[in-house]
Amino acid sequence: MAKKVQSSANEALAGLLFDGMTVMAGGFGLCGIPENLIAAMRLAGVKDLTVISNNCGIDGFGLGLLLENGQIKKMISSYVGENKLFEHLYLSGALELEFNPQGTLAERIRAGGAGIPAFFTKTGVGTLVAEGKEVRDFDGEAYVMERGLTADLSIIKAWKGDTEGNLVYRKTARNFNPMMATAGKACIAEVERLVEPGQIDPDQIHTPGIYIDRILVGAVYEKRIERVTTQPRPVAEGAL
Amino acid sequence: MAWTREDMAARAALELQDGFYVNLGIGIPTLVANYIPDGISVTLQSENGMLGMGPFPFEGEADADLINAGKQTITELAQSSYFSSSDSFAMIRGGHINLSILGGMQVAQNGDLANWMVPGKMVKGMGGAMDLVAGVRRVVVVMDHCEKSGAPKVLKACNLPLTGAGVVDLVITDLGVFEIDAKAASMRLTALATGISLDEIAAKTEAEFTVGL
Repeated sequence: MAKKVQSSANEALAGLLFDGMTVMAGGFGLCGIPENLIAAMRLAGVKDLTVISNNCGIDGFGLGLLLENGQIKKMISSYVGENKLFEHLYLSGALELEFNPQGTLAERIRAGGAGIPAFFTKTGVGTLVAEGKEVRDFDGEAYVMERGLTADLSIIKAWKGDTEGNLVYRKTARNFNPMMATAGKACIAEVERLVEPGQIDPDQIHTPGIYIDRILVGAVYEKRIERVTTQPRPVAEGAL
Repeated sequence: MAWTREDMAARAALELQDGFYVNLGIGIPTLVANYIPDGISVTLQSENGMLGMGPFPFEGEADADLINAGKQTITELAQSSYFSSSDSFAMIRGGHINLSILGGMQVAQNGDLANWMVPGKMVKGMGGAMDLVAGVRRVVVVMDHCEKSGAPKVLKACNLPLTGAGVVDLVITDLGVFEIDAKAASMRLTALATGISLDEIAAKTEAEFTVGL
């Protein structure tokens, strides 16, 4: 079997990048993003990218790095949020942006990976999202047709993987990663821990290795948090 | 006098019923979790892929892999589960969530909601809001009654791009509460905020409404 394990993010991307390509990048905000692969794509300098990702990182981190480096031509996203550069580039016309409702985006990717070219959803009926798309009635309710999405390359992040590409995600860092794994012509997974086959219980695998072409252990995990929100620890009774 | 953000959240919490699965939006809706009535147990869904959202972590225990849809760090509970974004929205779109409480920029008397962009000025994106209003069984909007400029936000028809058409069941503002019958395109005022008169709310509301206090 072809060896899937790569020694670095740079090596993993070798031969897969070209200007004008479409890339899916997993993550929600900064949670569960393939931060090592994004950094390597910045170094590689590939440009005119169409990037499919729920968000575009933040100013200075995650996909925000590719944005500020002028490598992204178009984003397909559900949320700009507080990324000032993203909002500015879009409003000034320097960046194309296709807004998708978050659930529609997730389902388009799931469908794309599952060989389903289109589906109908009631999300967005009667809004800008439905403009120019087929709307059809089913059982008396209106639904809009949305197309499946695929990409030239998917870059995703899992917590743990084995050398066959079987993956386990951790907590809410799963988000878009499992669907994106299925919808890229090639898919690279970066993980925090790489183990031998058999060290992950087959019943606990979230993404089967068939979807993963290359896998690597990320060199550095900064795992930034956008909004650290905490509560004070209660003082135990009698502690005073 | 009018209701504070906390008052509005407390009023919205009265919409919760025991056993409900609930999605809370960003802002005032997030505060609703602080006002869950005694004796009522609800499960909070976070559309980034979690059921059973717990409170904020203690200082020093924030986990980068565990956030809510507002990107705030949270904790898990004994009954929590995690899933992908497509599973999360299957839950939402499929009508399995009982109640969605979210913010708004404009609500119209026919139940239309706008809350995701101001063309040419502000672009946040719809995130999961369009899916939530399309798929969740009951939709409650919590928002200020007027813009900072004083312009009304409860309108005959929205003039901002819609998040959903005919989707809102109840609007809670700092001045009062309105029920909406989207099919009949009619609104009914069912409560006034502390110290707010019928004349004041009528003067600040563009939408036509009946009164059923």
